[in-house]
Amino acid sequence: MNLLSVSNLNVSFRLKHQDLAALIDISFTLNRGERIAIVGESGAGKSVLGFSIVNLIGKPGHIESGSIKLENKELTTMNLRQLQEVRGKRIAMIFQDPMMTLNPVITIGDQLVETIRSHTKISYKDARNIAIEKLHHVQISSAEKRFYQYPHELSGGMRQRVIIASVLLLNPDIIIADEPTTALDVTIQAEILQLLLTICRDNGVALVLISHDLGVVSKVAERTLVMYAGRVVEEGPTLEIINDPQHPYTQGLLNALPQMTLPGQRLNQIKGNMPSLAERPTGCAFHPRCPYATPRCKQEQPGFIHSGESSVACFMVEDMLSEFADQSDQEVNE
Amino acid sequence: MLVFLLRRLMQACFVMIIISVISFAIQGKLGDPVQQMVGMSASPAERAQLREELGLNDSFISQYWRFAKNVVHGDLGMSYYYKEPALDVILKKLPATLELAFCAIILVILVATPCGVIAAIRPRHLFSRFLMILSSIGLSVPVFIVAIFLVYLFSVKLNMAPSFGRGQTTEVLGLWNSGLFNKDGLSHLILPSLTLTIALMPVFVRLIRAEMMEVLQSEYIRFAWSKGLSAPRIYFLHALKNTMLPIITVGGIQAGTLIAYTILTETIFQWPGMGFLFMDAVSRVDTPLISAYLIVVGGLFVITNTLVDLIYGLVNPTVRLASHGL
Repeated sequence: MNLLSVSNLNVSFRLKHQDLAALIDISFTLNRGERIAIVGESGAGKSVLGFSIVNLIGKPGHIESGSIKLENKELTTMNLRQLQEVRGKRIAMIFQDPMMTLNPVITIGDQLVETIRSHTKISYKDARNIAIEKLHHVQISSAEKRFYQYPHELSGGMRQRVIIASVLLLNPDIIIADEPTTALDVTIQAEILQLLLTICRDNGVALVLISHDLGVVSKVAERTLVMYAGRVVEEGPTLEIINDPQHPYTQGLLNALPQMTLPGQRLNQIKGNMPSLAERPTGCAFHPRCPYATPRCKQEQPGFIHSGESSVACFMVEDMLSEFADQSDQEVNE
Repeated sequence: MLVFLLRRLMQACFVMIIISVISFAIQGKLGDPVQQMVGMSASPAERAQLREELGLNDSFISQYWRFAKNVVHGDLGMSYYYKEPALDVILKKLPATLELAFCAIILVILVATPCGVIAAIRPRHLFSRFLMILSSIGLSVPVFIVAIFLVYLFSVKLNMAPSFGRGQTTEVLGLWNSGLFNKDGLSHLILPSLTLTIALMPVFVRLIRAEMMEVLQSEYIRFAWSKGLSAPRIYFLHALKNTMLPIITVGGIQAGTLIAYTILTETIFQWPGMGFLFMDAVSRVDTPLISAYLIVVGGLFVITNTLVDLIYGLVNPTVRLASHGL
């Protein structure tokens, strides 16, 4: 059984005059110990997807339809009390900005201990020992001292380590990391990423890494979902997606990465911007920015085409495949 | 900590000097003290002589200097009316006012905090909307109307609480006449402290609500939810502790408003406190008493705000660090 299976998830933001769809028909699965990445530009709905898994989408967002199953438990219909048992204990989250994630007026130690104590009946002293052990685990120096300090006494990288320690406290099955390194400086980014990877690998924790950085993704994730305007447009093994991207949007993202081998050239970029929720284009939402767009792309939403372990939603790929099939048919006939 | 206290003490001295200048300056503007002292019968020559003896012909600076020296020695002048040292007259009335203010503050904290929190957590709930309307009304209706309404309702119509005076008092430790320790004294406290509470509460309910709503939007609250903490823990520990930081500061400043409201409240309820005394002093042009009142109240204000800053430092860890001079 899959550890986590999301199927046909629709999330929308309910405003006064209209419902704005933020996620449309999202389906994916996550196995025990598997690491997947969700990539896309800002506004693609990556974070909304991450938050909706544990039903933490900020108002006025809400899950319209679809299902999110943790093993055989349906998460979308759980009440707050049931959700609280899942949050932190089975699915833990790491947020983008470590400077904003910890409560400024509560000591590091108390913020760690309260997580343990709200899920298990355990004395403060025992909880403290677990917390300090986890602080050691994420390579925080003088953990006993840090335990009694306040967040402002720690650097950004340190705080992200504390947050990683905090999500490890209850040995969760899944960690959802929403751009965990974006707010850190580059030297720290690699360290934190390595730490996260080691921890997931060593403890068999499944990871959902939300990122816009394909470089980061390629180091960590086994499988990648590419999102555009609230939909998944391409999904597959990370290596395949990076080496042989099918969807024009994925190709654009990869082309936009700086290449060490071609110095002195302008960076490629995808023309235009991600549409806002209210101005989603008809048909394939990417068509206004797509170099291969056809009239059909403006009218119809492409379905998924599966090949091997990957799938992609694009008419161009569909056409290419059917041409290829036609050709091989002809060859057979000849 | 010591550096912080010393710095606060210097600020306090500076504020007190300004207050003393103001309270001294108004003495000369509130009518002629000689007129008040000798009445109509004295001849112009006698008046001039008295004027000279009282030092009223000296320059403003030297008069102020004399006044300030006396103030430092605890001498705020003689009350014209009571023929007693003005400071003694005021200090005798201080306990009554402090008790009244204390009750009001406790009531405000006990009622405004949960109301503000509920209004922030459930902004669309009927109770929250009702609370917001009520607080708008509370903000816009003047204190004396509230007081008169309370007297009409609870004393005249329902006959539930006395409408004037302080009732029976008991002496505590030989230095404090308190109304807090017997039934009669407490029943007299009800209406005046309720009036003050109603006057101060709307500001706090609205402030706590607005602050709390902002805090609830922050990332650390979302993180707390993602850790699976219980709702009461998130609302009343994680959110409220951060909400209270700005509220504490405003609370200190509101102490000034509270003092202003005690003047009105005490006058309406004939409460034998400093505010009532002050109103009497104004109508009798008892200038030494007026300036003594201003200095005592100024001192109280400075003390409360210093205390508030200390409390703020206890709640906010970042301030504590700064006080170490780091």
